[in-house]
Amino acid sequence: MSLDDLYMEIILDHYRNPRNRSGELEGHDVHVHHSNPLCGDELDLRVRLRDGQIDGLAYDGDGCSISMASASVMSEVVIGRKVADAEDLAEAFRLMMHGEGVGRQEDLGDGVVFEGVAKFPVRVKCALLGWMALKDALNTHSEGGQAHSVTHE
Amino acid sequence: MFDVATVRKDFPVLEREVHGRPLVYLDSAATSQTPQQVIDACTRIHAEHNSNVHRGVHALAEEATEAYEAARAAIARFVGVDASGVVFTKNTSEAFNLVAHSYARRRLGPGDILLATQMEHHSNIVPWQLVAPEAGFELRYVPVTAEGYLDREAFDAIVATGRVKLLAVTAMSNVLGTLNPVAELAGAVRAANEDAIVVVDGAQSVPHVGTDLAALNADLLCFSGHKMLGPSGIGVLAGHWDLLESMPPFLGGGEMILDVTLEGSRFKQAPYKFEAGTPPYVEAIGLGEAVAYLERLGMTNVRAHEVELLERALPALRGVEGVSVHGPSDPAQRGAAVSFSVEGLHPHDLGTVMDREGVAVRAGHHCAKPLMRALGASATTRASFYVYNTLDEVDALVDAIEATQRFFRP
Ligand SMILES: Cc1ncc(COP(=O)(O)O)c(C=O)c1O
Repeated sequence: MSLDDLYMEIILDHYRNPRNRSGELEGHDVHVHHSNPLCGDELDLRVRLRDGQIDGLAYDGDGCSISMASASVMSEVVIGRKVADAEDLAEAFRLMMHGEGVGRQEDLGDGVVFEGVAKFPVRVKCALLGWMALKDALNTHSEGGQAHSVTHE
Repeated sequence: MFDVATVRKDFPVLEREVHGRPLVYLDSAATSQTPQQVIDACTRIHAEHNSNVHRGVHALAEEATEAYEAARAAIARFVGVDASGVVFTKNTSEAFNLVAHSYARRRLGPGDILLATQMEHHSNIVPWQLVAPEAGFELRYVPVTAEGYLDREAFDAIVATGRVKLLAVTAMSNVLGTLNPVAELAGAVRAANEDAIVVVDGAQSVPHVGTDLAALNADLLCFSGHKMLGPSGIGVLAGHWDLLESMPPFLGGGEMILDVTLEGSRFKQAPYKFEAGTPPYVEAIGLGEAVAYLERLGMTNVRAHEVELLERALPALRGVEGVSVHGPSDPAQRGAAVSFSVEGLHPHDLGTVMDREGVAVRAGHHCAKPLMRALGASATTRASFYVYNTLDEVDALVDAIEATQRFFRP
């Protein structure tokens, strides 16, 4: 287990050059705020949905490189996907972070590099933050909600 | 002055490596390391004298009881109280809970103010919050200035109401390092309300600066063994016997009673009425040994050593581009817990990469979320020093920060 497992070049790249990072998203349908009080990570996620598909997504936040890079990767791989498909990917990512193998390797794209983070138990929740927010946003929307705030234990 | 190299030999853990690097332990404000003398004292009880204390008439019970009470006396002397004024608890937090339940909940009520500060550890906030609604007192906090001092004007204004009935203040901030002028604050509170009592959080100060309850002008003092070379699982509430005796028990059970009938019970006097059940006697004895160790070094020397480390660390940290140090800049005004922020680097990333360099620091909110909010930071990185740290380790800290910056630089 080395530092390079945790901070793969791809992770550092997403950290330095975040994709879809913005505090605004035109015409968004749902906005969720997730925080991890233990480490102080904060994430805002906005999603626009059209015809059962993720049409636009933007996140912004304050957190460690792992949480911010993971959100960046998540944004890249889920935009354009059907809601059910994105939910399934989120579950595949969660299983991977819990050491239960890498399903949907192709679709997870840069997301697979976070497998190394699973070796650093205290950082797993950082990698999951963006994906949990995504699941919550989709769930909130399906229940007719527009905003939701979650504080993780 | 003591010789740090000699001191280091007493701490077995300092010989170990972390990720193939020599351990640079800079997290003593969270938990300090344990000298062989303390380890031996605990082992000796288990190996030679193990028995319940204050129960039984056999030789081992007497030996264990004697060692337990000798530890109480040594710890009492260390902070300037009588042995009868030392209550053993599990830690600082339990000591505060005891005071909240047995004092604040009963003796403060509507119209009274319990005054704490914005720089308190959660353990000097949450216990008061738990009892305030039922007791009906008002919980107020002294704000902290940008330089990391208590805002004296705001303090004076609250005290001027004459309604402050309990001042709960830390002698040293675990985040900012600030050494608060406790005696002065206590004097002001007492002048405005002669019924007021002063409860001091000594978790950070007792391990690092010589402490005397009377000199602090305080009534009660809470501290933890695990931050002062002692074992975990032992803490202290120290105070005047009269005050302790005026307070009802907190936890009930064996050991703390004189008589029990099915209708009710009569309790022992302080401090025993607060020590329900078999106490952590091994840990108490270990803490007694830790106090003896610190006394051999001399608390004036301990403080002088830490000031020397601070005089190296503060300018060196400030000299690193992007690093800002929280809390007072004058080493005379602060203890050896140094929190800092590094521009563009999250404390957890910093902590993780520094750990790989063998440097153990704390990253997070340090159980002081209200203070973090005031600092406008969700987390900081903290390096804290103790008797076994060296100037070379200060340099290792600075090198590790710079290495982390290089690692993350685009
Ligand atoms: C200033 C201060 N107060 C209270 C505590 C709580 O101590 P404990 O966790 O031993 O109860 C700590 C340590 O974490 C502290 O630094």
